[in-house]
Amino acid sequence: MNESSSTQYAAQVAPGDAPGGQGETSVLGYVIGLVLASGLTAVSFYITRSTIFWPPSIPTALVVLAIAQMGVHLVFFLHITSGRDSTNNVLALAFGILIVFLIIAGSLWIMANLNHNMLPMDQIMKMQR
Amino acid sequence: MNATVTSVHSASEAKKRIAVGYGFWIFLLSDIVMFSCFFASYAVLVNATAGGQEGRQLFDLDRVAIETACLLGSSFTCGLAFIASGKRSAISFHVSMAATLALGAAFLILEGAEFSSMLQRNAGPTHSAFLSAFFSLVGCHGIHVSIGLLWLMTMMAQVYAKGFRDDILRRILCFTLFWHALDIIWVALFTVVYLIGVAP
Repeated sequence: MNESSSTQYAAQVAPGDAPGGQGETSVLGYVIGLVLASGLTAVSFYITRSTIFWPPSIPTALVVLAIAQMGVHLVFFLHITSGRDSTNNVLALAFGILIVFLIIAGSLWIMANLNHNMLPMDQIMKMQR
Repeated sequence: MNATVTSVHSASEAKKRIAVGYGFWIFLLSDIVMFSCFFASYAVLVNATAGGQEGRQLFDLDRVAIETACLLGSSFTCGLAFIASGKRSAISFHVSMAATLALGAAFLILEGAEFSSMLQRNAGPTHSAFLSAFFSLVGCHGIHVSIGLLWLMTMMAQVYAKGFRDDILRRILCFTLFWHALDIIWVALFTVVYLIGVAP
């Protein structure tokens, strides 16, 4: 009974805990995370300030670097992994990402569309006279 | 007999820890959804400067880089404090939490300096829709960091007064999750607001 119930609980892990449980968290994981995150941050700041890159490509590169860095934070600091014991946490995260995507992409799309369909400001002023 | 009691206790404690951690994870995701609304309004209003100053003229990337370093370092020391709590080591827990507190406070001081310099340059939140969105987005993150620092000091006091009890350890888990989530939001923030705002 005890054996089976503890195996059952061991099949899940709290977000933040390392796979295998609370005591298994190691300093090495945080060091790797810190190094990767610092590197990505440094690259982001560098490409913003340097003049050797094609300017229109910079925002896209920054967004990609930011998403990569968020992934580093999720894996190395929050210990959200693809392992079986983290399924619930990953599913909740996936749902959160879906909602965030809908809110941001939807707002930008709708507002750009409204902006596009709106009369230019000088014509609105004329109509108000 | 004794071993059985311990294993039943630790199994129910593990279950409770998973439930509490998962519930707090859901809260954090809903907090991130709330932040995404602020991000969306900022992205919509970023060009609505009403003839006032743009981000390019207002943002100081050096200060933002130091703020980022503070928050990233504090995320790391917060992880060290979490490890220390798992090992029941009070001294390294308090040292790591104090380092987290110092870095978080440095971040808030820098952000306060930025806000006051913008207010002095006649670029307060009432000046344009862009600045309203900027102050509500960055200010909302700053308020979260302030609340996090209050929570951090509470956790230090509770560990000092009560030791590493199971319920205190669950609170430390939740605090760690909260602090790392704030750092993730800051990554989105310095990229979308500052770097893309200043990029050529």
